[in-house]
Amino acid sequence: MERVIIKQFTQQVNITDEVMARINELTSHYPEGKQKSALLPVLHLVQDAHDNWLSVDLMNKVAEILKIKPIEVYEVATFYSMYNLKPVAKYKFEFCRTACCSIRGAEDLMDYTCSKLGVKQGEITPDGLFSVVGVECLGACGYAPMLQLGDFYHEHMTPEKIDALIENCKQGKVEFYSE
Amino acid sequence: MGKKILTEKINIPGIREYDVYRQNGGYQSVEKALKEMTPEQLVESVKASGLRGRGGAGFPVGLKWSFIDKKSGKPRHLLVNADESEPGTFKDRYLMEFIPHLLIEGAIVSSFALEANLSYIYIRGEYMFVFKILEKAIKEAYANGWLGKNILGTGYDLDLYVHCGAGAYICGEETAQIESLEGKRGNPRIKPPFPAVSGLWNEPTVVNNVESIASIPWITLNSGEEYAKIGIGRSTGTKLISASGHIKNPGVYEIEMGMTVDEFMNSDEYLGGMIDDRPLKALIPGGSSVQILPPQYIFKTANGEDRLMSYESWADGGPVTGSSLGSGGFIVYNDTACIVRNTWNLSRFYHHESCGQCSPCREGTGWMEKILYRIEHGQGTEEDVDLLWDIQSHIEGNTICPLGDAAAWPVAAAIRHFREEFEYHIRFPEKIKDRNHFREQPMEKVRQLLAK
Ligand SMILES: Cc1cc2nc3c(=O)[nH]c(=O)nc-3n(C[C@H](O)[C@H](O)[C@H](O)COP(=O)(O)O)c2cc1C
Ligand code: SF4
Ligand code: FES
Repeated sequence: MERVIIKQFTQQVNITDEVMARINELTSHYPEGKQKSALLPVLHLVQDAHDNWLSVDLMNKVAEILKIKPIEVYEVATFYSMYNLKPVAKYKFEFCRTACCSIRGAEDLMDYTCSKLGVKQGEITPDGLFSVVGVECLGACGYAPMLQLGDFYHEHMTPEKIDALIENCKQGKVEFYSE
Repeated sequence: MGKKILTEKINIPGIREYDVYRQNGGYQSVEKALKEMTPEQLVESVKASGLRGRGGAGFPVGLKWSFIDKKSGKPRHLLVNADESEPGTFKDRYLMEFIPHLLIEGAIVSSFALEANLSYIYIRGEYMFVFKILEKAIKEAYANGWLGKNILGTGYDLDLYVHCGAGAYICGEETAQIESLEGKRGNPRIKPPFPAVSGLWNEPTVVNNVESIASIPWITLNSGEEYAKIGIGRSTGTKLISASGHIKNPGVYEIEMGMTVDEFMNSDEYLGGMIDDRPLKALIPGGSSVQILPPQYIFKTANGEDRLMSYESWADGGPVTGSSLGSGGFIVYNDTACIVRNTWNLSRFYHHESCGQCSPCREGTGWMEKILYRIEHGQGTEEDVDLLWDIQSHIEGNTICPLGDAAAWPVAAAIRHFREEFEYHIRFPEKIKDRNHFREQPMEKVRQLLAK
């Protein structure tokens, strides 16, 4: 695991009442004394509420809320690939690069998207809006090539559909979280 | 048309909503189970059904249920495995996305059979939109009295929640999943003890796949004996197959076990044959962890019998000429695909997903990825293929969990059946520079080069 926590990135931690209420709901799903079980869902929740990434301060806050040690949060945050440990692009295009998508042209499409945006894989465009990353099988293998953006899957992608998606993102017309 | 058990109602408009689901006979199995049956009778009926776990290993569900420790008096749990991360597999999502109440109904009946009062569905974090669908459906089930205290006035209490992962294939392994549900890293546990004795919070836990649990309502309503009449031999019932790759009609299909592979691949009702009518080159029948097969072992077994869509038929020939039905992730390759590239791709996957606890898996998957990268990128040497073979043979059986085996088997099968492709890459590096090297010049057209 080459995933590490880099302390230099900071963010404004703000657990709103709404988020707190949801945390309380989530912890109620586990028996007394087992509130640590809520850790993964809670990290998703606070990450979504903080520009899609987790700073050390935010993880410490989660530890405090769940009454566990900060290290227990770091251990988990570094293990799972969906937790972002530094700032990310607003629109992070996560392409599945695994076998079934690969044989249906996923890598060619990633190259297309990168050159369209003028970035390499993993880089963020200077305006902070876009990035292109490769991820492993997303369970949409029959609808390849595909990418994930926020909660949503965009399937059977083509260069034309990529163009349209980028355009819609720029105009703020793309839904991020499902209800 | 084969028999449909899981997807029969999936196309009814609005079936995702509680009211429509209920009007179409939904939750009847809960009424029957709680009011007319005992937990023991339910376990017996699932045993009689012959239902085998649909997560990949094919272990009989009723038998697993009978192992759950009810004597210790500790709280028991059902954990529904909705992690679905095996490349090629996307069937559970189809059920959960379009008919979520079927899974909830199955989870209630199964929990009752296990005498569990607190159960969970563990879904992969990337399926967040499905998580939200399930969460809504669970709320509806509570609101209508199918969950909570004293269900249907029978005195049975059950709480059911959906829990999400965060991107880790290993959390599909049952003990890693339990660790993850406890809020930890997904490191598989050493067995024994098995989860049925000591699982979630060290309490007896049964882990079953989504498709397994979604089959329980039908079995409960129609009896295990009726279920066992469907299918063939010890492969009873229907199976969801998720098909991808170079076929005309990719997607999820429910088939009656025992159908010939030929019918499934080539009839218009199912996959409709190969895309652009190009030749078939290889098939992975049950998700990326099982053996890849060349055409001569796809439609026929080594003995010349028809290959069938069943556990026994796919296993016929063992690792040498057979494979496995696995999770039902059916991946089809035509002659434009490169087996070396595909094997490298999958090795990268396993290396990325290894939890790192055991050295044969952690190091071995990394070495395999590196060597395969080298071969695919024109830097391989004559010794590399034997080296690969050697590494994979030292992983199998030497690790805590089966991810090690899952990483080794595809490499072994690729070398066994497609060795000439590895040799071609090593001997003609200038011909494989482009990632799509077989698109213009498939192996068929360049094979004569190897003879020289
Ligand atoms: C690395 C690995 C990944 C697995 N992933 C899944 C999965 O995504 N879904 C699943 O149901 N089972 C998965 N399994 C199998 C589970 O460990 C377990 O056997 C299964 O959930 C039991 O359910 P079943 O008996 O109903 O099949 C995986 C196993 C391993 C070793
Ligand atoms: S085999 Fe691999 S994934 Fe499984 S416990 Fe060992 S290191 Fe982890
Ligand atoms: S291989 Fe791309 S979604 Fe499964």
